Amino acid sequence: MLSRVADSCFWLSRYIERAESNARILDVNMQLILDFEDQAPHLVQRHWQPVLATLEDQELYNELYSEVTPDAVLEFVTFEKKNPHAIVTSIASARENARTVREQISSEMWEQINRTHLYLRDGRGRADFTDSPIDFYRRLVDQLHAFQGTTDATMLHGDGWDFLQLGKYLERADSTSRVLDIKYHILLPSGEKVGGNADITQWMAVLRSCSGMEAYLKTFVGQVTGWQVAEFLTLHDEFPRSIRFCVDQLDLALHRISDCDRGHFSNEAERLCGALRSTLDYTTIGAVFQSGLHQFLDQTQLSLIQIAQAITQTYCQWKDE
Amino acid sequence: MNGLLKDYEVGDFFDEMFSAPGNVRPHYELLAQRLGEMEDGELARKCLLAEKSYLNQGITFTVYSGDEGTERIFPFDLIPRIIPSKEWAHVERGLIQRLTALNFFLHDIYHDQRILKEKIIPKEIVLSAKHFRPELIGFDVPKNIYIHICGTDLIRDRTGVYTVLEDNGRCPSGVSYVLENRQAMKRVFPKLFTKYPVRPVDRYAQDLLAALRYVAPHGKHDPTVVVLSPGIFNSAYFEHSFLARSMGIEIVTGNDLLVKDARVFMKTTKGLKQVDVIYRRIDDDFIDPTVFRKDSVLGVPGIIEAYRKGNVNLANAVGTGVADDKVTYYYVPRMIKFYLGEEPILPNVETYLTSDEAERKFVLENLENLVVKAANESGGYGMLIGPHATKAEIEKFRAAIIEDPRGYVAQPVINLSRSPSFCEGRAEGRHIDLRPYILSGEKTSIIPGGLTRVALRKGSLVVNSSQGGGSKDTWVLDDDDERGEETLNAQSQSQAQSQVQ
Repeated sequence: MLSRVADSCFWLSRYIERAESNARILDVNMQLILDFEDQAPHLVQRHWQPVLATLEDQELYNELYSEVTPDAVLEFVTFEKKNPHAIVTSIASARENARTVREQISSEMWEQINRTHLYLRDGRGRADFTDSPIDFYRRLVDQLHAFQGTTDATMLHGDGWDFLQLGKYLERADSTSRVLDIKYHILLPSGEKVGGNADITQWMAVLRSCSGMEAYLKTFVGQVTGWQVAEFLTLHDEFPRSIRFCVDQLDLALHRISDCDRGHFSNEAERLCGALRSTLDYTTIGAVFQSGLHQFLDQTQLSLIQIAQAITQTYCQWKDE
Repeated sequence: MNGLLKDYEVGDFFDEMFSAPGNVRPHYELLAQRLGEMEDGELARKCLLAEKSYLNQGITFTVYSGDEGTERIFPFDLIPRIIPSKEWAHVERGLIQRLTALNFFLHDIYHDQRILKEKIIPKEIVLSAKHFRPELIGFDVPKNIYIHICGTDLIRDRTGVYTVLEDNGRCPSGVSYVLENRQAMKRVFPKLFTKYPVRPVDRYAQDLLAALRYVAPHGKHDPTVVVLSPGIFNSAYFEHSFLARSMGIEIVTGNDLLVKDARVFMKTTKGLKQVDVIYRRIDDDFIDPTVFRKDSVLGVPGIIEAYRKGNVNLANAVGTGVADDKVTYYYVPRMIKFYLGEEPILPNVETYLTSDEAERKFVLENLENLVVKAANESGGYGMLIGPHATKAEIEKFRAAIIEDPRGYVAQPVINLSRSPSFCEGRAEGRHIDLRPYILSGEKTSIIPGGLTRVALRKGSLVVNSSQGGGSKDTWVLDDDDERGEETLNAQSQSQAQSQVQ
């Protein structure tokens, strides 16, 4: 397929996934704060600050808003057109990419993403948000899930689809690592200790923002501990949002595209991805905590950035001849 | 008449539906009946539904103002235009005749120039045409086809005679709306389709692909065909991608292609892949910065060399613009006689050449009553509608004509035929034109009907979408149906003209 088209498929999919994870993070964070009895402004601020830190948009936020309030953060991450990672901008970018590859994707996929874009643009999204932000984020996530389902059900599972998979799993692995990192940034309220009620509530919120609560409870019956949540979200081999699962899918898609057998690599993207996959396959959560969860997540994010660059260089860029 | 058509004013125009006030033409009877039965607000609701579906499907064009583009739909009028089969057969014969002559003409002027030597057309007219490409003299295009896709604009005058307003032999657009309008109509009026034998239009994409494959270089058996678009910021991008999708081929932009050893390749994830036929929706001027406009960033450097070496074919051919020059238009009836020995089946609109001294004198004396058009502009640009123009505009054109007599033509104002259109809750007469799309491949085929454009603004004769124009579905009825028959007044040579572009 055309290199430009491959690039657009890759980014289209990344933007969709990014919008979805932002919607989840906001949804869960809003619900989480309802559990806290003390709503003093400095506590509320401390509660939302990590969201901005995770999304790495702190600087732009400070330019646009004078203080951290829930309304401002929700506005900034959801509707702020100046924010390149806001949900509306991600959807608009996804749709713009979809427009350039309309002959590659199915009409159903295009209409799904176009409807979502129009929903956010023509005021209906804003109206739903005003009524109930939580319902708004749920609806949005539903629409984006419908896009994933439509994609799997209506598009040829050829190269174009594989580039969509690359974008999706790369972004998702990155997003899960960031969500886990939120927990690192949230300080426990004074007087609370690790393993205490507040700590567990926060870990459950992390699980929920990855839609992982139910799956987790099936795996670790009846108890939530930070250690296990971290293990579940990084190393579980069947949970579709765990970092290991995503990297495995990434690796599979890369090898389908190149037709290279899975034990080998034929380009830099495959080499880097294989290395990351093997780390995730053979490490233990004990080893992760020993070297530091935050450091481990940082390293993972760095590898993902390198893989994305290698994909672009291998398939999407042409030096002018 | 009741319902929507109650109090419908036919006016002093040729009306497509009514032969006289209250008198419906036979082929419109069923439609008039259906419109009459509609409840209050029913058609308005259907309109909203159709619009919403266009919006959701992204069947839009982008209007740029400020830094953010807004997307608009091309307004769609739900009352179809109906053409009986005999009437259509006549139009079809006329269009094929015309396109055949234009193809002969293009081959001739890029080879022996017989028509110039025999002084049927003054030499300087052709050689001075803005879109004449001397670079391609002596070059043989595959199968001698120059205009693979032609969009000829037709109007009907006061007496209903189909008259050619202009030929679009470069990159005619709009066909996607024909296909989408039909889809929308089927959703809105499913029952009417069971009553009317409407000829289908959905073969167009397959016919287009066949025509493009037919002209592959060296008769290559399984050629790679692509659509070349300026990109998503082009207002017709929807159509480019629609056509690529309907044909199942790639849509590419200039940056996706490169030329190596006089061959054109596209950059794919698996390396370079050679391209054989390019349906280009980029004008000659922008297609190759090494040959034509140096500042073009849309084109492909070296593509003309590959074309001249016969390693890639372009549709339409390079240099066809000379055939839709408005001065050349004046000579098309003579071309038909010269190359085919036939009388033109479809007349031209009466046209005055300002390069002719006597005609220029007449035009300059009557500017306030005439329509003046720049010879090489399209899309409604460079045009003066005398009766609607200010003194200053008229004087501007007077100066321009004196400065460059070759650059303009003039035509009398003509009132286009009208068709009932849904406006403000009821049907009102609005002016329309018709753009059929003609494909030249192994055989010449014409999409049954084409794009009917309608000037939705009351009294307006301008059907361009930028000026309040919309479109209608166009129904050509099938042969075995007698309802559609009408005597065709083909003899009446019209003194017709219009300002539609």
